[in-house]
Amino acid sequence: MKVKLERRAEPSQIMQYLSPLIAVGLTALTGLCMFIAMGKDPASAFYVFTVQPIENLYGVGELLIKASPLILIALGLAVGFRANVWNIGAEGQLTVGVIFSGAVALLCGSQGGFWVLPAMLIAGAFGGMVWAAIPAFLRTRFNANEILTSLMLTYVAQLWLSYLIYGPWRDPAGFNFPQSEPLASSAMFPILIEGTRLNASVLITLAAAVLTWFVLKRSFVGYQLQVAGLSEAAARYAGFSHRRAVWIGMLAGGVAAGIAGVGEIAGPLGQLFPTASPGYGFAAIIVAFLGRLQPIGIVLGGLLISLLYLSGEAAQMTLNLPSAITGLFQGVLLFFLLGADVLINYRVRMISETPVLKRVVA
Amino acid sequence: METLSAILIATLVAGTPLVFAALGELVTERSGVLNLGVEGMMLFGAVTAFAVTYTTHNLWLGVFVAAFAGAALSAVFAFLTLTLNANQVASGLALAIFGAGASAFLGKPYVGVALTHEPFEFAGWVSGIPVIGSFLVQLHPLVYLSWAMFGGVVWFLYRTRAGLVLRAVGESPTSAHSVGYPVNTVRLYAVLFGGAMAGIAGAYLAVVYTSLWTEGMTAGRGWIALALVVFATWRPERVLLGAYLFGGVTTTQLFAQGAGIPVPPEMMSALPYLATIVVLVLISRNPTLVQLNAPAPLGKLFHGEG
Amino acid sequence: MAAPVSIAFPNGAPRLELRGICKRYPSVLANDLINLRVAPGEIHAVLGENGAGKSTLMKIIYGLVKADSGELLWGGEAVSVTSPAQARRLGIGMVFQHFSLFETLTVVENIALGMTGKPDLATLSAQIVSVSERYGLPVDPDRLVHTMSVGERQRVEIIRALLLNPRLLIMDEPTSVLTPQAVEKLFETLRQLSDDGCSILYISHKLHEIKALCHAATVMRAGRVIGVCDPRQESPRSMAKMMVGADLPVCRPSSIAAATERCLVVDKLTRAADSAFGTALDQVELVVHAGEIVGIAGVSGNGQRELLTALSGETPISENNRIELLGTPVGAADPSMRRRLGLCFVPEERLGRGAVPTLSLAENALLTAHDGDMVQGGLLNFGAITAFTRRCIEEFQVKCGGPNAEARSLSGGNLQKFIIGREVLQKPKVLIVSQPTWGVDVGAAAFIRQTLIDLRNSGTAILVISEELDELFEICDRIAVMAKGRLSKPIPMAETDLTEIGLMMTGLSKRQEGRATQFGSGDRP
Repeated sequence: MKVKLERRAEPSQIMQYLSPLIAVGLTALTGLCMFIAMGKDPASAFYVFTVQPIENLYGVGELLIKASPLILIALGLAVGFRANVWNIGAEGQLTVGVIFSGAVALLCGSQGGFWVLPAMLIAGAFGGMVWAAIPAFLRTRFNANEILTSLMLTYVAQLWLSYLIYGPWRDPAGFNFPQSEPLASSAMFPILIEGTRLNASVLITLAAAVLTWFVLKRSFVGYQLQVAGLSEAAARYAGFSHRRAVWIGMLAGGVAAGIAGVGEIAGPLGQLFPTASPGYGFAAIIVAFLGRLQPIGIVLGGLLISLLYLSGEAAQMTLNLPSAITGLFQGVLLFFLLGADVLINYRVRMISETPVLKRVVA
Repeated sequence: METLSAILIATLVAGTPLVFAALGELVTERSGVLNLGVEGMMLFGAVTAFAVTYTTHNLWLGVFVAAFAGAALSAVFAFLTLTLNANQVASGLALAIFGAGASAFLGKPYVGVALTHEPFEFAGWVSGIPVIGSFLVQLHPLVYLSWAMFGGVVWFLYRTRAGLVLRAVGESPTSAHSVGYPVNTVRLYAVLFGGAMAGIAGAYLAVVYTSLWTEGMTAGRGWIALALVVFATWRPERVLLGAYLFGGVTTTQLFAQGAGIPVPPEMMSALPYLATIVVLVLISRNPTLVQLNAPAPLGKLFHGEG
Repeated sequence: MAAPVSIAFPNGAPRLELRGICKRYPSVLANDLINLRVAPGEIHAVLGENGAGKSTLMKIIYGLVKADSGELLWGGEAVSVTSPAQARRLGIGMVFQHFSLFETLTVVENIALGMTGKPDLATLSAQIVSVSERYGLPVDPDRLVHTMSVGERQRVEIIRALLLNPRLLIMDEPTSVLTPQAVEKLFETLRQLSDDGCSILYISHKLHEIKALCHAATVMRAGRVIGVCDPRQESPRSMAKMMVGADLPVCRPSSIAAATERCLVVDKLTRAADSAFGTALDQVELVVHAGEIVGIAGVSGNGQRELLTALSGETPISENNRIELLGTPVGAADPSMRRRLGLCFVPEERLGRGAVPTLSLAENALLTAHDGDMVQGGLLNFGAITAFTRRCIEEFQVKCGGPNAEARSLSGGNLQKFIIGREVLQKPKVLIVSQPTWGVDVGAAAFIRQTLIDLRNSGTAILVISEELDELFEICDRIAVMAKGRLSKPIPMAETDLTEIGLMMTGLSKRQEGRATQFGSGDRP
């Protein structure tokens, strides 16, 4: 008996929805095996991972406030990925969004006024956009691969922020810790639910989800991006500009990441640190895949990855596991997702060996 | 003369991990497979080497196991892309993310810990060699291994039949299949080799270049290695050149700081990344060059308008 | 349907015999109980339309694909061919339709790769030269493949197979890339091989050739063997009837004379090749009037691709006025602008260029027909899209699962009808079609040709680029030949014939001077 992969005549619709669930299930299974191997009680570990982080209102607020930037960035990235534009440097674009909006906040925050926050949002979006425009330009003008250029720029952006926080932007009253002054209240998002850290930035994410859905499903631009991602030759034949697809694809991610950065400093962080985010720019890539590049899926995927972040922190406190376990599970999840995705286009079949050919009597 | 020699040594030392990683990825790409997960494999190799060396006090065992670790990780990638036909770009990214996460997790107990194995000492007679003796002893044997690997890769690709088959598979997998070559098997070996080399590169970083483990210590060198392969238009001799150019850029940073040039250290640290971008642009803007040299299936990914 | 004729085997067992070979793929039964017998030294045709299952059968014989059931007998003994290497060991050689050569290697390196063990390159070169001389296939062992023309590459493929002293040579559609003169030369080679005792399996759908060359023919249709016949005693018409199962449709010829309006004008177009493996265009001149069909004959690789992408706008040129569309210079314009002026274009690749394989027919309609009411204010009007798609499916008899069927689920002929229909429904003033019936079944091919003629009669200017001379002679008003990046002056059909066009394809004949000059070996330069 042999196991064979056979191509399906048509991709399976059911598997499109099932495969993320299979991936999550397999990841959970892996986690359980790991816990057992490490001598932790699997049931309580499972509880710590899934329920404990969200068992109170504060926890739910944390879930949402962490999911918000993940979803926002993933929406922007999904626009690009559909068009085969691989923006891997969202973390760097987020960082530059933090730098630009942080500059506005630090310079003008103390003056107060309702215009400070919108100005920060514009600055942050602009910063992320500029940082994504560089790889877009290099790709359209010089054919330079955008995966590598956007990644290189991420390192540069992080160094830039680090320089600022250790240097000119260091809080003089901060006991020499590497952090900026706390942001003035006019530079902060208003809290939505008392007793949590959930702020108004989630509304931006919600609006972005609706907008993205509209653009991808209903607009001609969304169609052009889809064709560009599926077949470059067909897009060229149709007269759809490949350059435009690259620009839109990259800038969508850049703007989203920049705004997400504003959400971080004007939200839970409240000030600038040398690292802008705990890797949201990279985690958003996983969210985008998990969500099948569809807005609804991305929202669900964002909530899941957000839970994973919280689980990591809970695991550190309760189970004495390093919080880096989050990164480990993210990687495992992505692997299982890619593996399970195969079942969309292929079917698993068991076949028996072909019967031996008989000898012929001449 | 002293300073020149010091600069040269620093350049060679800094370039060595890139030599290993880029040579490995070159062989992988020559067979027509793009493995973006080099950074993840390097980190995994680094943490493995550190852990093994720390526990056994044996550096060579650490490096050896790291090679296996890198290859093991690349085997997962091979399974996904060659057996299951998953998207190569996404799988490579998954590998990078997983490698980073797994190494951070596994390396937690080793942060801030110092290695206590015996540092490598050349036999006495080596330093006695006229003219270059004192120079030779300043380089770790792994550097010499990297040169040997370079020679090995060149010989393999251009002088052996197996190398010819690998290049043929990379250039036109359908033709190779028609002629009857086992395309996926050839690619599997190429991917495993790339993984092992990335593992060694990471090991070098963790137990020779520094003797520490930190989360994310490769600092993007895996991605730079990928860019190097493009810059070298898939030729080994140019990989060596490119790796040492980067080594030179890194060295400049150290020397500039030492010489008291008033540039913020972060800016100097950013040089290698900016240099990578420049190098990519210079090569990519000539599409014919890329097309004639790139293994055909990769050409689309790096050429854009394929 | 002709009654099956049994071929006598005077010398004992057939060289190759297939019994009950079956092969099933997820969506189709490619081979259904195939029986086949080839005598030693026989040139045996396997005749059938595209999609009849011929290629699959050959792959099974050559060990590339494993049959689900059935037997293969070689010289009377049952064998199991598990790989091409083993097939070669048995004495089976194959020359592929799409060559399996490595462009950046030399001829001798390519051939060495196909052989087991480590052959000495010098000895191999000598062998190559001797085989090439014996069979009239001149080839230089040290040339890099990417510098060779298509005809030369085919010679390399043949020599590669011959070096292994095959007892059976499979040739898969060998003449699709050759000029009529080169086809003759190939036939001489094959006859000599047959005299030497090598059997030949000749896969083709070209009836004239099979009649001229082959001793026997097995006819396949939809995965089955319909019958075996002797082509020397059949007519092309009777063989076509066996192949298709019904009478071949005939085109109603053009009825109206062409107008004088110059719809498409190309003025001394010169451009460099767009890639390392392309062909440069050299002073190409062309005029297409309203209500006429101009054909461009020629083997692919002579600049057709470069000319087409320049005309469609997929790779615009720098000099704007070298190409004029209805009086407007469009050389530098992109495809969208040219479409707005009234140009429509059908490329040679259906899947992956003319249509996106994984999108539905409705979504593919949007690909080029988006200038009408399908897009309003930047948003998609699904009602209009579906209506257009339904109309296209109905008027062009596209057999499919409806407007939501995926493009790749259609057969080649039906998808081609859809694409052509999509373009025709946009009422173009100028239509350019490249390889209109390549890989299309006979019924659909006739439908497409009739569509073009009807469109011509309604006043559209049509440019057709095709490798099939028969097709061009059937539908065109004027014909030109593309060779080495140059285009000959178009000649009215009445003033020329197949032989002359064939000669021009080799780049030899200079019609304007009224004489033919000989300079080469008579094949594709």
